[in-house]
Amino acid sequence: MGSATSELPSRRTPLPDAAETGLKIVVVGGFGVGKTTLVRSVSEIRPLNTEEVMTQAGVGVDEANGVASKTTTTVAFDFGRISLSERMVLYLFGAPGQERFWFLWDRLFSGTLGAVVLVDTRRVDDSWYAIDRLQDHNTPFVVAVNRFDEDPFRYSLDEIRQALALPGHVPLIDCDARVRSSGKDVLITLVDHLYELAMAQEMTP
Amino acid sequence: MRRPVDTGDPDRLYTVTGGRSRAEDSFDLVTLVVSEREPTAGMQSEHVRILELCRHPTALVEIAADLRLPITVVRILLGDLLATGSITARHPRAAPSVASLPESALLQEVLHGLRNL
Ligand SMILES: Nc1nc2c(ncn2[C@@H]2O[C@H](COP(=O)(O)OP(=O)(O)OP(=O)(O)O)[C@@H](O)[C@H]2O)c(=O)[nH]1
Ligand SMILES: [Mg+2]
Repeated sequence: MGSATSELPSRRTPLPDAAETGLKIVVVGGFGVGKTTLVRSVSEIRPLNTEEVMTQAGVGVDEANGVASKTTTTVAFDFGRISLSERMVLYLFGAPGQERFWFLWDRLFSGTLGAVVLVDTRRVDDSWYAIDRLQDHNTPFVVAVNRFDEDPFRYSLDEIRQALALPGHVPLIDCDARVRSSGKDVLITLVDHLYELAMAQEMTP
Repeated sequence: MRRPVDTGDPDRLYTVTGGRSRAEDSFDLVTLVVSEREPTAGMQSEHVRILELCRHPTALVEIAADLRLPITVVRILLGDLLATGSITARHPRAAPSVASLPESALLQEVLHGLRNL
């Protein structure tokens, strides 16, 4: 486009003009498990925050004028960006894993490549709902255990797999969300997994 | 420059969208938007900002974050601009070079990009 210089709202590097395909990966997990930290460690931009206002048809219908009552909820989520090539850009979304946010998930997950479930071993229960929901959605995922130094339990991955009742084919790995190379490994594990699933499907006549 | 729109004020949102609540659903969170013309005098300020921002391809979520507006509101604004031919939209995996790829080949490109980080 033209050469007019008007200030951009921020100083992020713009995408190359050839950029044509945006891809999505979602990071889900309980409160404070390290979602934003993981997004930040691999993102080429400082994580940005935005929100979705969800209007849901309410339970009760107002019989008098036939209008369904509506409730409006605002959910904030953050995201980061990784330019994969001149043409492809990957967006990483950090999404709260609690049950009351399911409607946001349905939006975020549509068309997503796959998901990372982040687990804090001190609060494994927080991950059950997310894992159930992903399986219901048929969204492929991997589980990454974000090891906190303060964790007194130091459960092994096998123990965690059992506690989560995680099927053997779902990759489960350790990570440190604060470390870029570790975050990168988590993403590579996910996409490797997706690749194998895609290959298996393409081989099936 | 004007203060960013206050997302907490429903009246303000009503003004931005002209009271409409039906959003253009074809815009994905990662649809890349590109301006096709310069802003013109008298344009709504949010439209101006989008056209400025999208001189380079910009994903819907980035527009929403910069304008500090909810996704739904940005979808409505983009719908306006699309209708007047002021922007074009590059939807996920719609590009011919990607649409023709089997999923595995696409994922291989993603892997390649991640390994090179
Ligand atoms: N020791 C340690 N601290 C971490 C690690 N990952 C994140 N933290 C810290 O844990 C806190 C929560 O991390 P966030 O990334 O904000 O977690 P979140 O999942 O985005 O949290 P919410 O969005 O509030 O649900 C922050 O203070 C981080 O610095 C880790 O691997 N080890
Ligand atoms: Mg967070």
